[in-house]
Amino acid sequence: MQSFDNAGAGAIVLRMAERIVENRAYLSEIDGKIGDGDHGVNMAKGFGMAADRLKGADSSLAEAMNTLGDVLMSEIGGSMGPLYGMMFTEFAEAIEGKDAVDPAAFSAMLHKGLDGVTSIGSAKVGDKTLLDTFVPAIEAFDAAIAEGRSFAQALDALSAAAEAGRDSTIDLVAKIGRASRLGERSRGVLDAGATSCAIILTTLAEGARERL
Amino acid sequence: MQRFINNPDEVVEDTVKGFVKAHADLVRLSAANRRVVVSTAAPVKGKVGVVTGGGSGHEPAFIGYTGRAMLDAVAVGELFSSPTAKSFHDAIKEANGGAGVICLYGNYAGDNMNVKMATKLAAKDGIEVATVVANDDVCSAGPDERDRRRGVAGEIFMWKIGGAKAATGASLEEVRVTAQKAIDNCRSIGVGLAPCTLPAVGHPNFQIEAGTMEVGIGHHGEPGIRVEPLKTAAEIARDMCQIVLDDHGLAEGTEVAVLLSGLGATPLNELYILNDTVEAEIADRGLKVHRSLVGNYFTSLEMVGASLTVMALDDELKTLLDAEASCPAMP
Repeated sequence: MQSFDNAGAGAIVLRMAERIVENRAYLSEIDGKIGDGDHGVNMAKGFGMAADRLKGADSSLAEAMNTLGDVLMSEIGGSMGPLYGMMFTEFAEAIEGKDAVDPAAFSAMLHKGLDGVTSIGSAKVGDKTLLDTFVPAIEAFDAAIAEGRSFAQALDALSAAAEAGRDSTIDLVAKIGRASRLGERSRGVLDAGATSCAIILTTLAEGARERL
Repeated sequence: MQRFINNPDEVVEDTVKGFVKAHADLVRLSAANRRVVVSTAAPVKGKVGVVTGGGSGHEPAFIGYTGRAMLDAVAVGELFSSPTAKSFHDAIKEANGGAGVICLYGNYAGDNMNVKMATKLAAKDGIEVATVVANDDVCSAGPDERDRRRGVAGEIFMWKIGGAKAATGASLEEVRVTAQKAIDNCRSIGVGLAPCTLPAVGHPNFQIEAGTMEVGIGHHGEPGIRVEPLKTAAEIARDMCQIVLDDHGLAEGTEVAVLLSGLGATPLNELYILNDTVEAEIADRGLKVHRSLVGNYFTSLEMVGASLTVMALDDELKTLLDAEASCPAMP
């Protein structure tokens, strides 16, 4: 199949929340090396609260993403609350009302989320942020579809690029946010936002693939 | 380190609850949002509303500066983490007396984003919002990159001046221009002697080796410009004055206001020891101290250290600094 049903796919967001909560300590630990060490705590709090609201609701992907976006925006401050809040509310808006999500709709969703993130943040690719995961992941998905590969193959390409993008942040110097104050001292460790973004995107791709 | 806490995840809630009880004559909690502290006088009809917000752990900042001719409402974030856009938005609504709202906050990535979003939300409510972003921390970026500098204790002068200007009945644009002048006239530096720990994290997220100090440290332990062996108070005070005043480049005879704040775990007597040399250094440079504030005005949990802020004054700033005001942190 070249699409998956929006209805019932809210379960993907629940799995995303599980993965984020499982990685609470890990995300805080890598954040602690160059940030203030609360990334895992804040992410787990936000995703956990959204999961509590979604449990047993059998939501569509759009509904679940909207709930997650609202919780992140209204309950989690810092930088990650607004950035991921925007990402998920924009994702939700892009696929709202669609019965099925095909590659074109999926790509449009990713791009709308990216536009949301870049409209409030000022980072660029290479600044050691979640964009270093997000942007190459979208590019890989679009390239795979353009080459005529299947939806499933394009989702795999997205996941691989997200992980490679995450790993690319090890060699980068932070240009934005608290870590940027470290300059060269920020080189050599993963960016926590790029890492959580990889968890989010690979879980999304995996969930979509299972539903094709 | 032993602490007076209940649940590490509820530190902010518990702090705010106790704070509003202690200062019920001046502040209340917003009915709409447990993360917004409001002056009992707000909103004042026809007056520009004055708002700020920031992470917790800096008490008495930011909430302690809520009051009469000071901040009308404050958005409260998690420890060292920006408040949500919703909290900034709710603070703006609580402060709105129909003449627009000024948001006077510090230059941090999260605050910039959340204020930007809150401003958009407020525009939908028909509330005009102007912003001034504090960037007084000299060591956080070079003089050619002042827009990248963080906001630190100079924010207190910005709030005092902005709050006083708004209380005169000035327009939103007039308040913005004057608050901008206040922060443009401020330079600050922090020196850290020992780190602090977020209770939910449980260990310090940065280290200062015994026998050393971090010169230029930020309000969350952001690294400074150098780590060096601990010196005497007089030597440290002279270094702090040199960094701040060299960046300032003030003409001889300029009147200044001085704010020497502890970072949380430094006793007040040590701040007075520093201040003795600070005031002497300032006088040596031909500057006149119009007013000094020495105490725990803007802290960083239990960090050991101090920050120095020097604000250059003109007639308008002097009048507004001296104007009557009342808030928990400056009784």
